[in-house]
Amino acid sequence: MAFFQELLGPAWPVVWGLVKIVAIVAPLMVGVAYLTYAERKIIGYMQVRIGPNRVGPLGLLQPIADGLKLLFKEIIIPSGANKFLFVLGPVLTIAPALAAWAVVPFSPDLVLGNVDAGLLYIMAITSMGVYGIVMAGWSTNSKYAFLGSLRSAAQIVSYEIAMGFALVGVLMAAQSLNLVDIVRGQQGGLFHWYWLPLLPMFVVYLISGVAEINRSPFDVAEGESEIVAGFHVEYSGMAFAVFFLAEYANMILVATLTSIMFLGGWGPLFEFAPFTWIPGFVWLMFKIAFVLFLFLWFRATFPRYRYDQIMRLGWKVFIPITLVWLLVVGAAMQTRYAYLFH
Amino acid sequence: MNFETFLFYCLSAILLFAAVRVITVRNPVHAALFLVLAFFTGAGLWLLLEAEFLAITLVLVYVGAVMVLFLFVVMMLDINLERLREGFWHHLPLAVAVALLMAVEMALVVGGKHFGLALSAVPAHPAGYSNTKELGRLLYTEYVYPVEIAAVILLVAIIAAIALTMRRRKDSKYQDPAEQVAVKRSSRVRLVRVQAEERQAVQAEPGE
Repeated sequence: MAFFQELLGPAWPVVWGLVKIVAIVAPLMVGVAYLTYAERKIIGYMQVRIGPNRVGPLGLLQPIADGLKLLFKEIIIPSGANKFLFVLGPVLTIAPALAAWAVVPFSPDLVLGNVDAGLLYIMAITSMGVYGIVMAGWSTNSKYAFLGSLRSAAQIVSYEIAMGFALVGVLMAAQSLNLVDIVRGQQGGLFHWYWLPLLPMFVVYLISGVAEINRSPFDVAEGESEIVAGFHVEYSGMAFAVFFLAEYANMILVATLTSIMFLGGWGPLFEFAPFTWIPGFVWLMFKIAFVLFLFLWFRATFPRYRYDQIMRLGWKVFIPITLVWLLVVGAAMQTRYAYLFH
Repeated sequence: MNFETFLFYCLSAILLFAAVRVITVRNPVHAALFLVLAFFTGAGLWLLLEAEFLAITLVLVYVGAVMVLFLFVVMMLDINLERLREGFWHHLPLAVAVALLMAVEMALVVGGKHFGLALSAVPAHPAGYSNTKELGRLLYTEYVYPVEIAAVILLVAIIAAIALTMRRRKDSKYQDPAEQVAVKRSSRVRLVRVQAEERQAVQAEPGE
């Protein structure tokens, strides 16, 4: 490393930063590819099917075949579309999904940018994701796409509030906006993680997370049965694939954030011998995989919500729950039971 | 020129470009998107001043929520350029007067002699200083009453906006989820025991 440092001179920090970014994004993309495979396999087994099993052993090369297929498809731009925004849509969808990873810690030292306002940064960046969808839907100049983007915008704005309040609970418990400090505050195993003292917020965050990424049962933005595919109805080839990548990258992101905020991050399940042998990074992967499995399970289990029910759940159920629990946490911290909350 | 100054000029150029485009583009949706760009670049400028909490809040609140709702409304507009340009010359004198007034005011403030802005550099601060924590401490100790009053005013505005725009129609139908959840089988399904009847011979009527 010292050799490269000497070789590149002043350019070294830039190059080293890029190397670290690639080291996060490349495994993420592989994760996205195999998440689609896992989704098809798991939902397949839940529905007593086998799922993809033709390409490669156990169908393991299926995501690669899908990617190649999309790569070679033509990108069709509708003649009535606003060309610039039509192309910008997918870009603006995937950019926040990747940018948010800059502050995500994988272990105490393994983090690209250990910033103090990490939690705020995550909230700000993930709230940008909706622009890609809105732009895609509007610029397509099609009624189905437009309806999809309207639904998506309303839904994401509604659930962001509940999500934000849930995170306020986390920062009250951790007394820090720094993600590394938030994980440090949860040391001590299963019963010290924030999911227990902040149980209502954990549930709200998990469900709002599903709504934020437009996953089933909140996937009215692409409701196949009434508006065909929603905002990406006219997208084809790689432009469509980028939307797809963004959706799955967002799934992994929300799963990672849930693991970090409520499930103890890289901390082991229990703080004694066989559990502490497993490195922290592997624990984090386990937790992410667990939350992702929940997402897939939801999709296989629940029917799609009706639109007014989505709005009711977000505004009339989740926001009051989080507000009440904020009061409970704030009040309890002034009593002798404060130790329960951090 | 160091790197920070370079960044400042880059961001300022983008900000000015975006701000000018907001009022010069024809399409309202493009204007709204340029406004988003302007907010985002403004947040970047604030970051240069080490005001990271304000910068991120600007993105979170204005870009993430306010502009989305704005775009939501603007997207549904029927964009008729002829009607948009109607009355342009009629309103021009007043608009120019207001614009000139604003320009003079801004020049006074930015000029710095009377407002002391020329002297405001990034303040030095001790190690372990957290911008967010300091802001929170100030807002909830020294300025707690102004903050609370502002909050109440905003709340009143919200309630007023809802009260002014809410229309109740007599014939509107809505569902009561509590009622739906409390439904029992007996309130939806009625089992009827149908008595078996004797089969009657069907007589074919003539002419049918």
